[in-house]
Amino acid sequence: MRKEWLARIIVIFLVVAAVAIPVGAWWLRSRGIVIHAQMAETGGWMPESLTVEVGQPLHLRLTSDDVMHSFAVGQSNQPPVDVIPGEMTDVTLTFDRPGKYTFYCTRWCSVNHWRMRGTIEVTGPETTAEAVKPPLYVTLGMDIDAEHHAEVIPNQMPSVARGAKLGVSIPTEYQSQEYYLSHSPVELWKALREESSLSRLSDQDLWDLVALTWQSNTTPQDLKQGQQLFGTNCAACHGEAGAGDGVFANDLEQPKTGDHTDMQTGEMTMRPTDFTDPEHLLAASPAHLQGKILRGGMGTGMPYWGPIFTEEQTWALVAYLWTFQFEMEDLP
Amino acid sequence: MNKVQEVFWKEEASLVEGGATLQKRLASQKRINLYLILWIRPLLQSRWPQFLVRALTLAGFVFTIAAGLFGSRVGSHNFAIIFVWIAWWTALKLAFIPLGGRSWCSVCPIPLPGEWMQQRGILEKGGQRFGLSLRWPKRLKGSWLQSSGFLLIGLFSAVTLTDARVTAWVLLSLFGLAVGLSLVFERRAFCSYICPIGGFTGIYAKTAPVEVRVIDTVICATHSEKTCYQNCPWGLYPLALRDSAQCGLCMECLRSCPKDNIAVNVRPFGSDVGQPHHSSRPDEAILALVMLGSALAFSAVFIGPWGILKSAAFAIGSPAWLLYGLGFLALNLLVMPGAFTLAVWAGQGWSGSKTQLRRAVANQAQVLLPLGLFAWIAFTISFAFPKMNYVLSVLSDPLGWGWNLLGTANTAWSPDVSGFSPILQVAILLVGLFWSASIAHRLAQTTNQPPLRQTLPILAFCLVFSLAMLWLMVG
Repeated sequence: MRKEWLARIIVIFLVVAAVAIPVGAWWLRSRGIVIHAQMAETGGWMPESLTVEVGQPLHLRLTSDDVMHSFAVGQSNQPPVDVIPGEMTDVTLTFDRPGKYTFYCTRWCSVNHWRMRGTIEVTGPETTAEAVKPPLYVTLGMDIDAEHHAEVIPNQMPSVARGAKLGVSIPTEYQSQEYYLSHSPVELWKALREESSLSRLSDQDLWDLVALTWQSNTTPQDLKQGQQLFGTNCAACHGEAGAGDGVFANDLEQPKTGDHTDMQTGEMTMRPTDFTDPEHLLAASPAHLQGKILRGGMGTGMPYWGPIFTEEQTWALVAYLWTFQFEMEDLP
Repeated sequence: MNKVQEVFWKEEASLVEGGATLQKRLASQKRINLYLILWIRPLLQSRWPQFLVRALTLAGFVFTIAAGLFGSRVGSHNFAIIFVWIAWWTALKLAFIPLGGRSWCSVCPIPLPGEWMQQRGILEKGGQRFGLSLRWPKRLKGSWLQSSGFLLIGLFSAVTLTDARVTAWVLLSLFGLAVGLSLVFERRAFCSYICPIGGFTGIYAKTAPVEVRVIDTVICATHSEKTCYQNCPWGLYPLALRDSAQCGLCMECLRSCPKDNIAVNVRPFGSDVGQPHHSSRPDEAILALVMLGSALAFSAVFIGPWGILKSAAFAIGSPAWLLYGLGFLALNLLVMPGAFTLAVWAGQGWSGSKTQLRRAVANQAQVLLPLGLFAWIAFTISFAFPKMNYVLSVLSDPLGWGWNLLGTANTAWSPDVSGFSPILQVAILLVGLFWSASIAHRLAQTTNQPPLRQTLPILAFCLVFSLAMLWLMVG
């Protein structure tokens, strides 16, 4: 009977050890902040809301439960880090201002990739409340959902180089940054066409001048930053060349029948805007484009980037969008 | 008590009638009795070595379930997926079955807790048995339920083989079923009639080079206590063993035989197949055909180039999956049995055999055993070998939580089988085909009909199957 008891003890000991090791390790782990990343369809970030005090380091251990994701914090300079299936990536964040920050995925993980977002609430002594500046399209009272369509379009792609060669200067009122931000290229072209001093120039010449004016409101650094942001965040839907043909474009375009696709992408989605279409883009002003980026396109599937991009980043992105319509010299 | 094998077996055997026949039989058999080898003998005689291995596999089994439930959902980083479907599954098909028949059953942890309760002891049995100890219903005997279980696994294979949670729940259900059944029915009802792996292992064990058999039938005939039968957890009587399909190699008969009349033999491969009176059970024929059909379906889903098929197999519950399921069931229950029956029928008609078709199909099904076994081996090589490096990495990080216990978590080494694997697969499929052909030939020679006419249609069936496997795996 002693042998029998020995056998029983061995069995019980081994089984208890086999359960205790993973359960114990799981308990130990649960005391640190581990963030699991999954495609938005199966849960997104878990947990998705975090709280930390100003100035306190926030240690995060990131892991993916399905495909490769990436972790980035909106409106910060923290470089994105990859979140790899089955591996742990350690990140330490410190916030110096209270507020609500958005963290998000920068890898095109699924058609609902952009929905992978979470928030970090940074609490702390209220500093002098900064007045929140409404975006320009709000100040201007612009309806960014209104139909916009260019009545006139250039015969060939307007060129900054050709515009510069003309050696013509346009009236100063059109050269200001305020004008650039609040008007579309078509509006400038029509205004220039009305100018008697420019009546000797051809329609295409005027388009080249528009391109020149638009370029003068951007910097090579803006374009470079815009290109990088576009490649990371926009090209998945709008395509690398801006033609609205990104890898997820077809998924978004599916007819809405309430079937499988609707469940994947939400009820209302449509094919992403084609930035190479002059009739569409030339009728939009920078403020309009910035508004769309900040707020998203309601009922189109276009995400809102307000909590993610800084204002400077949104303008850089807008500047880059014009390269799909204008031949710009400094294009990186 | 004298131990026959040790000292007096010749004398004692000669006392009973037929001793001379026995000596002749032993001399003519090409078998090596492992129990006669001095250093192996204590390993088999004592319950401890087998018990210790089984206790370890039980711990591994429980750990696998825990890892599946709590560990990473990434299959390649979860012990449950890698150890069950890559390591164990490969070891089962490449080593345990072809070399040891049901040797896995002898160390399988699943029946241990149930049997402990049933017998009120692990090493020593209590006087009174626990549970209802009912007899297994006659209607449910045979391998029908095992075939169904295997088909069920096949229907959900794409998810079961990749999702650690699902794998854990499957193992847990099998475990629960085994424990529950051992409290209701006598002996190993789960192992004998339910366990799909048991069914798989059992039919292929007939080709394996290991057997437990009685040495002298006359000694058994005169032994009225039948301690071997009393002690066999599988409910088998060693004297009546026709083949090794049901024997789980637990060695309890050998330990309890007072006459020392049980041998653990190493025998030629395929000893149980090739005789017409063997395996004339339709349930075994269906199981053999389900194994062939499943090998085809698994190869198509996991190795084949069709994305649509893979997505359909994964999208459980969707219309596409229903279509896949219907196709899978039709292949296993209609196409394979239909084609095989047709082949047997053609052979019967051509050779003028008068055997009943049903019986002929059941008889000829043994031809399919080497074919199926080697098809599974070939499938395993292309499915599991390239993933072997995960075995090392999950040993270091079994739960996928970023550990590195053994320093092998990030092993980049992966066996590159792309070069020789197609050649190896062709070779393996050919071995299976030729072996099957030789069994068909042996079977045909036991009848008076022209052997070639009888076997050609069956060989054509085997050939088409081999070509289909080859096409799926090598392209």
